[in-house]
Amino acid sequence: MERKTQIHTEPDKQDLLITRDFDLPVELLFTAFVEPEIVAQWMGTKVLKLACQRHGAYLFETTGPDGSIHLFSGVIHEFVPNQKITRTFEMEHTPFPVQLEFLEFEKTGDHSSRLRMHIVYKSLEYKNQMLRLPFAQGLNLAHNRLQEIVQKRI
Amino acid sequence: MNLRRDVFQAIADPTRRAILLLLASQSMTAGAIAASFDSARSTVSKHIHILAECDLLQHDQQGREIYYRLNPEKMKEVLDFVEPFRQMWEERFDKLESILKKRL
Repeated sequence: MERKTQIHTEPDKQDLLITRDFDLPVELLFTAFVEPEIVAQWMGTKVLKLACQRHGAYLFETTGPDGSIHLFSGVIHEFVPNQKITRTFEMEHTPFPVQLEFLEFEKTGDHSSRLRMHIVYKSLEYKNQMLRLPFAQGLNLAHNRLQEIVQKRI
Repeated sequence: MNLRRDVFQAIADPTRRAILLLLASQSMTAGAIAASFDSARSTVSKHIHILAECDLLQHDQQGREIYYRLNPEKMKEVLDFVEPFRQMWEERFDKLESILKKRL
C-alpha cells in the first residue's frame, strides 16, 4: 500500500521534508492551519492564540497524560492563503531550540491537494532527537500504561 | 541502559558514519579501517568498538585476523528510525482529513 505520508531526510542533513496527499480541496485543507477550532481538533491542543498573517503568531497549550501543561508557540513570517505559511515552531520550557517550518499547499485536483512541510532544525543532533521523540513518548506511554495496570492489581 | 539510544548516538558521529560507509561494500580488519582515516589508530579502534557494541558491526575470525562487516539487520532497524515520526504525522493528518471530510 502506498504510504500517504512520506518523510524524506538525509542522515547528514539537519532538515527534513514531510509530504502528504489529501482527498480534500486545497482551500479546505488550508483551513486546518488557520481556523482555531479545526486546529484544536486535529492537533489535540488548546489554541490560545492564532494570528494568521505576516508578523502574526500562535500559542497552543496541551495537557499531558500526567496533567502536565505544555506550550507550543511560534511566529508567522509568510502567509499566502491556500499556498504557503512560513513559521517558527518552539516547544517552550524544553531544551529544544526553535525550528523553522516552510508549509506549501498545492492543488492537485478539484478534490485533492498536497502539503509539503519542510522543517529545518538548528543542528543535525537536534533533528535526530526530534525524530526519536515519538519513539521515546511511545515508551513513556507504554510505561504509564504498565504502571496503571500494575497499580490496579495492588 | 537504552540500547536504541546508543545506536542513534553511534550514527550521529561523522567518523562512525564513515566507517559504516566503508564497510558497506566489503569486510575489513581494524588496521585496514584505521588506515583509511587520519585519526590515531586507537581513536578509530574506539569507534569500531562502539559500533560493535551497538550490534551495527559483526566480526569474523580468519586465522590471526579479525574482519569487521556490517550487521544488515541492525542497519535496517537504524535506517527505519524515521518510522515512528512518520507514523505520528500520518495519524495527525488522518485525523485532519477525517475531520475536514465532514465539512465537504
